[in-house]
Amino acid sequence: MAKILKSHPKRRLSLRQQDARTAWLLLIPSLVVILGVTLWPIISTFILSFLNAPTGINQARTFIGLDNYTTMLKDQTFWATIGRTLYFTVVSVGLELILGLVIAQLVNSHPWGWKFLRLSLIVPWAVPTIVNGAMWRWIYSADFGALNGLLMQLGLIKHYIPWLSLPNMAMPLVILADVWHTMPFVALILQAALANLPEELEEAAAVDGANAWQRFWQIRVPLLRPAILVALIARTVDAFRVFDIVYIITSGGPAFKTITITYLTYLNTFSYGKQGTGAALSFLISFFTLIMAFIYIRVLYRPEENQ
Amino acid sequence: MRTFYKIALAILVLILAASLVGCAKKAGPVTIHVLTMDQAGLKPAEIDQIARDFEAKNPDIKVVMEYVGYDFVHDKIVTGMAAKPPAYDAAMIDVIWPDEFIKAGYLLDVTKRVTAEMKSGIFPAAWNGVTRNGKIYGMPWLMDVKYFMYNKDILQQAGFTAPPKTWEELVDQAKVIKQKGLVEFPIIWSWPQKEGVVCDFTVLLFGNGGAFLDASGKPVFNNEKGVQVLTWMKKTIDDGLTNPSSVASDEPAVEADFLAGKSAYAVNWLFQFSDSNDASKSQIVGKVAFGAMPVFDAGAKAGIKGSSVDGSSSFAIMATTPYADQTWKFLTYLASNDVQIKFSAEMLPIWQGDFQGDSLAKLEAATPSNPITVPAFLGQFPFANERPTVSYYNEASMALQLAIQEALTGVKSPQQALDEAAAKWVQLAGK
Repeated sequence: MAKILKSHPKRRLSLRQQDARTAWLLLIPSLVVILGVTLWPIISTFILSFLNAPTGINQARTFIGLDNYTTMLKDQTFWATIGRTLYFTVVSVGLELILGLVIAQLVNSHPWGWKFLRLSLIVPWAVPTIVNGAMWRWIYSADFGALNGLLMQLGLIKHYIPWLSLPNMAMPLVILADVWHTMPFVALILQAALANLPEELEEAAAVDGANAWQRFWQIRVPLLRPAILVALIARTVDAFRVFDIVYIITSGGPAFKTITITYLTYLNTFSYGKQGTGAALSFLISFFTLIMAFIYIRVLYRPEENQ
Repeated sequence: MRTFYKIALAILVLILAASLVGCAKKAGPVTIHVLTMDQAGLKPAEIDQIARDFEAKNPDIKVVMEYVGYDFVHDKIVTGMAAKPPAYDAAMIDVIWPDEFIKAGYLLDVTKRVTAEMKSGIFPAAWNGVTRNGKIYGMPWLMDVKYFMYNKDILQQAGFTAPPKTWEELVDQAKVIKQKGLVEFPIIWSWPQKEGVVCDFTVLLFGNGGAFLDASGKPVFNNEKGVQVLTWMKKTIDDGLTNPSSVASDEPAVEADFLAGKSAYAVNWLFQFSDSNDASKSQIVGKVAFGAMPVFDAGAKAGIKGSSVDGSSSFAIMATTPYADQTWKFLTYLASNDVQIKFSAEMLPIWQGDFQGDSLAKLEAATPSNPITVPAFLGQFPFANERPTVSYYNEASMALQLAIQEALTGVKSPQQALDEAAAKWVQLAGK
């Protein structure tokens, strides 16, 4: 037996294998923590979405299958809210993309003071959303707001307008506040991408007679597509889940005209005490978000252009 | 590798040791966390002062107060109760929340802790707010109603010597004020998509002889009385008498408008009056007076003498707190008669003895504003109407908020909007 053991000495790991093992050992604690704070809540929320789970201590939870999902999918309020959220998402992300591209172009053309301009872009983005919401709520205030003050001084209005009381104006005003806050994020991503574009292509196109507009659409935009994709996915996912800025500026009013899908989830979960419904709504939000990301990737992602 | 395992083992032992140290019971004073609102009642600085006084008398207890706007308190309690032990040992609870929170098991039954002196000394209406099925779930703290306040200067300039007694009379006065150009919009309300709009609707509904529910619990706010009220509310906006920004104004926004001298009339909680005499917040110091809350002509003819809404609140101990005794000690100090008299400029006491005999004179002399606020309270509180006490109140309230806003913004007719809200209430009651 001793002979056999001697003839099969313990296999020694190569240095590379030892390194890998050490790396995994060191990573395990953080992996456990990360899985604990991300994976477990997702699993837990998923299970919750199949339960009738009223808020409270020791409240009886009963399995109701897909009821939370089917109830919501049959609910007119849900679909109206989805429509409103899509409206917010499309308009705000669209404006952010257009304005972001314009500003990125402007910064990239290095006009006088462009470094200051680039730096000042960070300011709106750095303002916490809650502070941004409170600031815009005051700007829109009917009696004390800067918007009414400005329009009065310019002679464009004769009476103060109660902006946030107008059902058709409230959402566009929330969008404006959101665009001011997050457009710099898009502008900075696009400006960084623009700064790295090869100049030779545009120079060659110019030599061949392409005008500035043609160079922009035929060369710059295609080359910017990966950066646009990143910005669009990040902003769309974020915009579709918008909550805090709505909560602060309008509280979902007037007459539910600014209630978004995340706000509806919040109301169900915390204000109405329906945790199961809230969990189901959370997964429906994830589902819609994934669909949008998928569409973006299918439409915009062209790996052959990046090679 | 052996060296590595030794190091890993040593790190693990250290982490475990550190965790055990963390688990050890801390010596020194017990810290209790209390959540309340920064809106009606006492200001944070005043409550902080009470907490420091309490700590000086009870060195074994440290009090950490947390203040948030009223609209955030409910949801902070719900999220705070998800933790073990709870994020808060006690919290302010509005008069509309006990049913929901008792059902959720959030509130500690304090019936046995309430002494006979407390029971008989504090207004029965205050106890009603935290008593369900004979059990008491909190310590009363603030007795508040919505008051009718007006700007004496504006009324005088308009030629009126007294505030209106009915809402119809208010409209007549408001038209004169507007015609004379004294203010653009004479009336400001809190009609946003928040609880404030339900409070104001309660004031008007009961003042028209209406009610939320009938004896069988069926919603009746969509009957003729309720529709008349909502139609009247909309008409005052259309006629340019109610500030259209009311649809987006909560109570602090109403106060800001009124104290800037932009409105002749405002319906709000007591804090607006004390702030009206604070020159840092008010441009109409000394110009604000209370009037009895008007009622509608129809209500007056039906014998209704007054109408307001109960906005009282209490402090409840969270059921899962490990420090129930210490928390109760603090809450009883907070609600004690001496403390409440000392700070009565912002909030009148909950002790009924203070409003009787010699104590009344003492209370009125306690602060410069008490000679005005005490009679206003005594005149208005008896007419405070309750909002429904049901466990699904928040969702029902949201349905009513939506209906009122839909009618005010012209999205739906008052009848249609209220019918839909009533149908939602029936659906919620049936679940």
